[in-house]
Amino acid sequence: MEIINIFFVIVIAPVIGGLLFGLDRKLTARLQKRMGPPILQPFYDLFKLFGKGRIASNQFQLISVSVYIACTILSLILLATGQDLLVLLFVLALGHIMLILGGFSVRSPYSQIGSQREILQLMAYEPLLVFMVIGTYLKTGSFLVSNLMTGSYKPLLISLPAFLLTQIIVMAIKLHKSPFDISASHHAHQELVRGIYTEFSGAQLALIEMAHWYELILLMGFIALLWQTNLVIGGLIAFACFLAVILLDNISARLTWKWMIRFAWSFGVGISVANLAAIYILR
Amino acid sequence: MNILQKSRAKSPWILHYDAGACNGCDIEILACLTPVYDIERFGMVNVGNPKHADVLLVTGTCNKRSARVLKNLYDQMPDPKVVVAVGACALSGGIFHECYNVLQGVDGTVPVDVYVPGCAPRPEAIMEGVMMALEKMNKR
Repeated sequence: MEIINIFFVIVIAPVIGGLLFGLDRKLTARLQKRMGPPILQPFYDLFKLFGKGRIASNQFQLISVSVYIACTILSLILLATGQDLLVLLFVLALGHIMLILGGFSVRSPYSQIGSQREILQLMAYEPLLVFMVIGTYLKTGSFLVSNLMTGSYKPLLISLPAFLLTQIIVMAIKLHKSPFDISASHHAHQELVRGIYTEFSGAQLALIEMAHWYELILLMGFIALLWQTNLVIGGLIAFACFLAVILLDNISARLTWKWMIRFAWSFGVGISVANLAAIYILR
Repeated sequence: MNILQKSRAKSPWILHYDAGACNGCDIEILACLTPVYDIERFGMVNVGNPKHADVLLVTGTCNKRSARVLKNLYDQMPDPKVVVAVGACALSGGIFHECYNVLQGVDGTVPVDVYVPGCAPRPEAIMEGVMMALEKMNKR
């Protein structure tokens, strides 16, 4: 069973992630009254990038990108095999920090500022993820995903409704969607040229792109955990959240990093703490 | 056509460099991005970074100073890459042909694959030029 899960994570997850990003581009285009690229566009981009010539600025870039994608895949495997949620968060953050170090390893000012802003984005969403893990611990008494799945608890969303909202914020920050696209931007938008990704090219950029597909599935998996009794309903909720993030991306403009930190730490942390306090009081 | 060639034809990322134009051609290139023409349906994306680009679109009269920048941008693009010269000025210097500081077209600085004539060329012509350049890239 574990082997099937791991196979699913490594092979099927990026295919679904790529298709979802293709859907994202199509939907964005339709919202702007354009035709938009085909759904398979992210795959064309990926294969093309793998076929490009290699021009690395230094050797560390390749190491940082490899560790980034490896850590992202590993954290998804940890989720699929029912491991510890805290370990998962640490592995995810480690991979992200390696990407940031890769951005810092070159002297381009765009890459440097992009990396600094990426740290701010990390700071903005990390507390929200940790609070969600604390919330699941308070309800189930365990950090293990497998305990959560096998135990006879009611769907977590009923007692932890605030975390659906914070997970949408986390997804928007992590995918660099407006109004949180301050360190780099998705699609054809330009911010600081290409922000943290400016100096990555060819196969390295393709690996980063693939890591994003894994990341999207991971974030959707987090949301699906909120309805752990029936993962089909959980998946549908996660898909609805993804659509909400696309809508948010299209109706809002980029805001400043100060606003992002203030919003995530006041509103996001505020409703998280309120939800945790409610659990304590109602217990 | 194998999968790599198909992907290259379907995902051209475009870098646009204005070597010193009157902005007529640049406005026509930007018109390609609008919902009317929507180049993204061909997978084309306007990137601001030569390290991510596949197609270099050059507009305007290239002079001795902008030639240096143009060469630098071209060198930073990873292979395989193609160059499309857009507009009369990029092709030959246009009405500035006889000026003391103007180079007669950009093909003396970088190897041009497709020439799109016009002052300014229509957006359809620019899109067709990029498509022809991609075919040329895949035949290499």
